[in-house]
Amino acid sequence: MSLPLRYPRSPMAWATAAMLASLVVLALAGPLLWGAAADRPDPAAVLQGPSAAHPFGTDNLGRDVLDRVLTATRPSLLLALAAVLLGATGGILLGASTAVVGRRARRLLTGLINLLLAFPALLVAMFLAVVFGAGADGAMLALAVAGVPGFARLAQTLAAAVAGTDHLASARVLGLRRHRLLWRHVLPNIAEPLLLSTTTAAGTALVALAGLSFLGLGVQPPGYDWGQLLNQGLDRIYAEPLPALAPGLAVLYAAVAFQLLGEVLAGGVARRSPAPRTPAAPIATSGPATEGLVLQVEDLTVELPTPAGVIRPVRGVSLSLRPGEIVGLVGESGSGKSLTALAIADLLPDRARISRRTLRLLGADLAAMTPKERERHLATGLAMIFQNPASALNPSLRIATQLTETVRTHRGTSRAQALTDASDALRRVALPPAVLRARPHQLSGGQRQRVMIAAGLMVRPSLIIADEPTTALDVTVQRQITRLLSEIRRDTCAAVLFISHDVALVGEFCDRVAVMYAGTIVETLPADRLSTGTRHPYTRALVASVPNLTADRDRPLPTVEGALPEPLAPTPGCPFESRCPRRRDHCTEQAPPLEGLDAVHRVACWNPVAAEVVAS
Amino acid sequence: MTALQLTDLTVRHHGPRGPVAAVDGVSLEIPPGTTLGLVGESGSGKSSLARAIVGLTPVHGGRVLLDGREVRARTVGDRRRLGRLVQIVLQDPDTALDPRMTVHQTLGEAATVFHRLDRRARAERVTALLELVGLNHRFADRLPRHLSGGQRQRVAVARALAVEPGLLIADEITSALDVSVQAAVLNTIRDLQRRLGLSMLFIGHNLPAVCYVSDAVAVMRHGRIVETAPTEALLRDPRHPYTRTLLASVPSLRTSLPDEGPS
Repeated sequence: MSLPLRYPRSPMAWATAAMLASLVVLALAGPLLWGAAADRPDPAAVLQGPSAAHPFGTDNLGRDVLDRVLTATRPSLLLALAAVLLGATGGILLGASTAVVGRRARRLLTGLINLLLAFPALLVAMFLAVVFGAGADGAMLALAVAGVPGFARLAQTLAAAVAGTDHLASARVLGLRRHRLLWRHVLPNIAEPLLLSTTTAAGTALVALAGLSFLGLGVQPPGYDWGQLLNQGLDRIYAEPLPALAPGLAVLYAAVAFQLLGEVLAGGVARRSPAPRTPAAPIATSGPATEGLVLQVEDLTVELPTPAGVIRPVRGVSLSLRPGEIVGLVGESGSGKSLTALAIADLLPDRARISRRTLRLLGADLAAMTPKERERHLATGLAMIFQNPASALNPSLRIATQLTETVRTHRGTSRAQALTDASDALRRVALPPAVLRARPHQLSGGQRQRVMIAAGLMVRPSLIIADEPTTALDVTVQRQITRLLSEIRRDTCAAVLFISHDVALVGEFCDRVAVMYAGTIVETLPADRLSTGTRHPYTRALVASVPNLTADRDRPLPTVEGALPEPLAPTPGCPFESRCPRRRDHCTEQAPPLEGLDAVHRVACWNPVAAEVVAS
Repeated sequence: MTALQLTDLTVRHHGPRGPVAAVDGVSLEIPPGTTLGLVGESGSGKSSLARAIVGLTPVHGGRVLLDGREVRARTVGDRRRLGRLVQIVLQDPDTALDPRMTVHQTLGEAATVFHRLDRRARAERVTALLELVGLNHRFADRLPRHLSGGQRQRVAVARALAVEPGLLIADEITSALDVSVQAAVLNTIRDLQRRLGLSMLFIGHNLPAVCYVSDAVAVMRHGRIVETAPTEALLRDPRHPYTRTLLASVPSLRTSLPDEGPS
């Protein structure tokens, strides 16, 4: 039993382990210790009630009920386990094979499983038990067959997920044979949930088998299991309840043990990443406000607890936006750019902990507000546009409802006025007012993203944060969206924080660019300097690795060798040090601060790349 | 080296309003040892085309010829014959490799599909395959979750190359990767073309990436090929208006923003 070792702190795991261990011991030792006594008739003590010699009384031949219940542990458990194992094997093979057979066979199998599922399992078991003939083997087989459809459906659903993966398609194209696909690629990947449900099913089978025996369809005298004993005791339950209750309690005990085992295993799977909660950060007021800034962020740090320890995906980020400015925040996956945006919008997961010196939106200190005030201030001053417009819109609500919700809640705008505003907002993103009556699934990806932007415009925000708004869209649509954002900026003077991994796009469409690497901003510069005027080695490598249409096809593209630093073990030095071609000894010891080279260009590097001819 | 010829290929999917032609009468040719790039936006039918060639999607009309011979993928036997000629690498680095198999197991399995190899020969083959895609042999013992996206895609390429196919289909293999990682994978692809003389069909929506590795480029829209031309010619002188729109939409650091007019 490795359970308590893996989850040593859970009392339920310990209890479950103890219950299962007791069942195993009883099944092994029961017939040896009490088997002889259980079968010894005693004409002098027929149908007795509880006494010191017979704690649960005796049956009609004077045999001790307790001895019989304990002895019956082995047949009861063995039959239930055999039924479940047979049923699970058959069902899982049937269901999982739908992932590897051809189209026509799959359709047939699916139809068969659907058909079998139409019959209630317990009725099928009783019917088959009669067909197979009353007896232990017949009941066990009947129960196994009755369990097949349920397992088949579960395995089919799980296998369908594996069948859709690229690795199974590749294995198919490689020409692997079907049994190999099944054994090597499908079954191992669906084993875990199947194991859990098999465990739970064992408890159910135990009860069902007892039921069949109780009805006289299962174990036949002189053999006996718990169901049989229950049947015998029931005749006189009003006179003597205990002889009937004892086998019932045994069934209950074993069934609960199996159910608990399922629970504990499932809990272990779900809780594989127990993340400790961090206490809320102490509230401190922000630093002084700078005049004329829409967004002022200084020294923002985000900490996220993970099972392996606390990581800091954002470390000391400072950002500021003026009205009407489009600033690009560019970085690769894992650089912390999206978390920075979420931290500004107060949308981080609960367990995250943020600290900052200053966080002001429109000059107002977000840290000093109550949560309610903050929500209101953010909802009316800031609009967020996310990467995936398909999941950012509620699929069951009409566009009109989704567009008018915020202003009606936070500004108390009347319904008619809100609808007029909504059609204005849609017109601004070049969509007809008819879209108001549509539901999200009736729109294309580009249209949905426009709706998201229109929803943002409804509150007349001073700041729009767009988190990879074009990544899920085609290039031609991407161009339309960036153009739209530029127009909005021009018309409403809103500032835009445009977050993207696409350095070429950012360079083309933003005024200013901040480059993030491993949670820190390594360089901020005017966008027109990106192609030739970058000074940080990472920015330079990032820009160079973008293939463009005129790239020389006979020369390899420049790449950034190495990997991101280990988030759990941050070094005191520059995060880019291990991959940097220009590193010096000093770089490992101290992280370089973000320092201004001139009024608009700042870089965090001890040994920046020499300036080329900088376009001014 | 394998030549691929598609004539009038049609693939249909079941849509909500009856069958939809995902690939609508496409004819293409890849001469042996060359790379054809296939670009188009999402839903243009690029992936359906690729999956139809390797038999993952049924063909409803037209012919697929490999080295002049018609391709079928009805039985496992057919598929094995097909698999020796064509292999495919798919888009998603997260599911590209079986999460429960080490790199060694994955590559070893692929290497022994058509040949029996003893333990030592298998280990040597795995090392050689990893070296081919620019990965150190120490990666052999890792599970996919301990590899980065780019490394996973390179292992997937190595797996496809394990059966020594004449034609490799790369279906959006760099789409889910960061630019610096994409560059490394593109370099690997270039290197393989040179060393193995592979024929390739390189599918993508990122025009610069596709052009970088392709000798000729076909532009696909709504299930049809609207233009095919050698890469230089296509970039210099795009004929179809859609190709021009695509080219104009590519963001580039080295050109200034075109005038903002109505889209």
